[in-house]
Amino acid sequence: MNPHAYAFVLQLGEAVLAVALAPLLVGWVAQCRAWLQSRSAPPLLQPYRTLRKLFRKDAALATHASPLFRGAPYVVFGTMTLSAAIIPSVTVDLPLAQVADAIALVGLFATARVFIALAAMDIGTPFGTLGARREMMIGFLAEPALLMVLFNAFLLFGSTALPTVVEGTLRAEGFALHPSLAFAGVAFVMVLLAENARIPIDNPATHLELTMIHEAMLLEYSARHLALMEWASWLKLFNYICIGFTLFAPWGIALHGAEPAPLLLALLALVAKLACAGAVLAVIETVSAKLRLFRAPEFLSAAFLLAVLGLLVHLLLGT
Amino acid sequence: MNAPMHLAPLLGLIAVWLMLGAAGLVQPRSTGWVARVLFPLGALVALGVAAIGGAALADGFAPERWVLPLGLPDLPFHLRLDALSGFFLALLGVAGAGISMFAAGYFREGEGTAPGLLGLQYHVFLASMALVVLADDAYLFMVAWETMALSSYFLVATQHRIPEIRRAGFLYLLMAHVGALALLLCFGVLHGGSWEMTFDAMRGGALPPAWASVAFLLALFGFGTKAGLVPLHVWLPEAHPAAPSPVSAMMSGLMLKTAVYGLLRVGMDLLSGGAWWWGLLAMALGLGSAMFGAVFAAVQTDMKRLLAYSSIENIGLIFTGVGLAMLCRAFGMHALAALALAAALIHAFNHALFKSLLFLATGSVLHATRERSLGKLGGLIRRMPWVALLALVGTLAIAGLPPLNGFVSEWLLLQAFLSTPAIPHAFINMIVPLGAAVVALTAALAGYVMVKFYGVIFLGQPREPSLMHAHDAGWLERIGLAWLALGCVAVGVLPQVALDATAGVTQALAGTALQRGPAPWWIAPVATAQASYSGLWLLAGMLGVVAVTFVLVRRLYHGRVRRTPPWNCGYPWLTPRMQDTAEGFGQPIRRIFGPVFRIEREVPSPTDSAPRYRIRIDDRFWHALYLPIVGAVRGVADAVAVLQRGRLAVYLLYSFLTLIVLLVFVL
Repeated sequence: MNPHAYAFVLQLGEAVLAVALAPLLVGWVAQCRAWLQSRSAPPLLQPYRTLRKLFRKDAALATHASPLFRGAPYVVFGTMTLSAAIIPSVTVDLPLAQVADAIALVGLFATARVFIALAAMDIGTPFGTLGARREMMIGFLAEPALLMVLFNAFLLFGSTALPTVVEGTLRAEGFALHPSLAFAGVAFVMVLLAENARIPIDNPATHLELTMIHEAMLLEYSARHLALMEWASWLKLFNYICIGFTLFAPWGIALHGAEPAPLLLALLALVAKLACAGAVLAVIETVSAKLRLFRAPEFLSAAFLLAVLGLLVHLLLGT
Repeated sequence: MNAPMHLAPLLGLIAVWLMLGAAGLVQPRSTGWVARVLFPLGALVALGVAAIGGAALADGFAPERWVLPLGLPDLPFHLRLDALSGFFLALLGVAGAGISMFAAGYFREGEGTAPGLLGLQYHVFLASMALVVLADDAYLFMVAWETMALSSYFLVATQHRIPEIRRAGFLYLLMAHVGALALLLCFGVLHGGSWEMTFDAMRGGALPPAWASVAFLLALFGFGTKAGLVPLHVWLPEAHPAAPSPVSAMMSGLMLKTAVYGLLRVGMDLLSGGAWWWGLLAMALGLGSAMFGAVFAAVQTDMKRLLAYSSIENIGLIFTGVGLAMLCRAFGMHALAALALAAALIHAFNHALFKSLLFLATGSVLHATRERSLGKLGGLIRRMPWVALLALVGTLAIAGLPPLNGFVSEWLLLQAFLSTPAIPHAFINMIVPLGAAVVALTAALAGYVMVKFYGVIFLGQPREPSLMHAHDAGWLERIGLAWLALGCVAVGVLPQVALDATAGVTQALAGTALQRGPAPWWIAPVATAQASYSGLWLLAGMLGVVAVTFVLVRRLYHGRVRRTPPWNCGYPWLTPRMQDTAEGFGQPIRRIFGPVFRIEREVPSPTDSAPRYRIRIDDRFWHALYLPIVGAVRGVADAVAVLQRGRLAVYLLYSFLTLIVLLVFVL
């Protein structure tokens, strides 16, 4: 097979893998949470069943819904799938990885966020606009914090391209513990929780009108549109965790996509790491309580300051 | 001297603009003649100007000079076309063409100034902006600068019968002249006692560092006033909304850029860089403006004021880039300076495109609904699909979202900031990454602002019954909007073309050009391993995935849709008043950035039978800085007025006393 076609297949495979695995990850997190909270756990494959059910139903659409409302689920899902294809979660040897660096990935996530918020405002219900405004508030606080985390990585590896960062860590001699990355890591987890509507900021499991953010924006969606939106949000969690892996735990990612053995190993490593990350996420969600909405800025400024501290630590220590 | 190859046709085009303006006076009351005939011709001329400006950006273009036999004795007009002026001419032409096309469909009878006069002012404004960037001596520069200020003043005051508009116009004129005075003083310092007013002489004359700093500070003040840099921004949110929409678009999209041009010309060309703190100062002011503009834009309830504050934000980002470029150049880091400068220039170009587009879209909305207040709009995407679609492009672009153009310049600016730890200065190393944080925060806030802007105007349900009769824009307006939207997409997907266009300028001002990317749609300004971005691939990838998803969903399942009333958590009595208002959408910002605003609340007492809630958000600078100055001027004027009694005897007494004093002095 010629190398271009092979790279293309690899690229496609990674995107399909992400799309296929994302519901499983969410099912796993739900299962861990249930165990930790002494509830009987839903089946691991429950998210797939939900998707199938939603896709089969007829879509109920508000009479005055505009084309933007109908198109947004596709755009959001497409954006998230594209991001999944760009993030080097299995191998760094991807043709699309050069298309967008980490900053552009943050931009892509912002595109998805803006489309969700606009779609939520389209019907003109009180909850939709409320959710849109809250989501944008969380977004504008989380985005700078995330960029500061990425700057930490840049200072260490001289690159915002995720493949270069991965190679930088994997090719480093010996095991180096960077103090700045520790700060950045904590900040990243905080941003991840906020951006994915997880517990200290939002609760994915409730429909409590007064506190919800993400769910409030999806209230008017049904059937296939809702399925795409939900799937996209699961993909977003998957993408965030994979970005975390490339920055802080790239072990196992194949540096060359040509041989099958490292690829298989990378795949196994990815699944193992995802299982761990999902479990950790469940623990965090179980031990913390949801914050009031107006405590969210404090939470995210803390993340931002931690990331900036990481920068300053790096500049002061020089490592 | 023989007429140069590019300058002569360029001057011809500028003269055509002036003639088009004059031709409007033939039938000043005829909208058909002025708007439908002369404005489209003006748009064609703008395209020509853009083409010649673009030609000046080609590799190996030697600057052209021309001395016109006009002006004062011994002080003829000097013109020069180089890469820097070429870039700004291209900006002026490209955005100006779209605005003129839109204006052709926009102006109609019965709105203030007669169309003929308006056309004259409009084309004089365009021509004077072109002359500002072509001027090669201080005299012509100031003449063109003042012509620009005056013609735009008349355009702002088109509807001069409304007192607020007269007031806004006066404030604009005042600030423009305070700025112009600073520029005059700046050129006074720059000639260094030689009384040579050409820019060549100023470039060659070596000023002592202290005087050079004075000149730079004066230039920063003068150009900062024109650009709306905080705290000199107060005129901007008043004047932009007061003007008719095409004029707002010209002022925000084009005129503010002449200030950027001026700062680059004086700060980086005539003064050739200078001390490192110049750059740091410009950067700090830029960052402050960016943040201030974004935060204030988020709480506005008038759509044009919102855009005006957003202009302050974008100008702040441009100045940040310029400041960073000066800073890096002062430390001899030419590649980094080139990157920051390219980011600033491309952002200036992008801002001209998307801000003009959005101001024009508000014009269409204004004509369709007669409403400017966000609290009375809503749901227009169903009534005005064309304007809504094109405004969506502008909204996404200005929010800095890939794959559109706003993202390209923000990406470049962030890349420039990332490389600053290489600067050999410990203090700056620590401070500058925080600048990157402010840029990131501003970009994210811009997203918030634009969701509010678009969501409240075009989405949701109409907040007033009269909006049901809103009509879409005419085809001339649509052409103008579509041209600008096309520009937003083009720069977004072909970022390397934009980067190439800045090569000549960075070569001249930063001393080096950036590394070329692998393809027109692919940029990697430093090194591919460090960072690369391709707008075209991103767009193609997104469209591809969306298409595949759509087809798969339809094939595997179905496309059935049932139209129902909105779900709304089961509450059936939904009215438009239940939607979030513009004030409500700004509430988180008011809460988070509370101390920045000056908030007056009016809350009724519990027993009030006709309760009224009111909130008024003001600019702290106006109350803390400008009102005291106004008070001081009033006080001095009152003190002087004591002398003026209006009685002949008193004045005779003054003459007598003066004579006595002089006699004593002489004897």
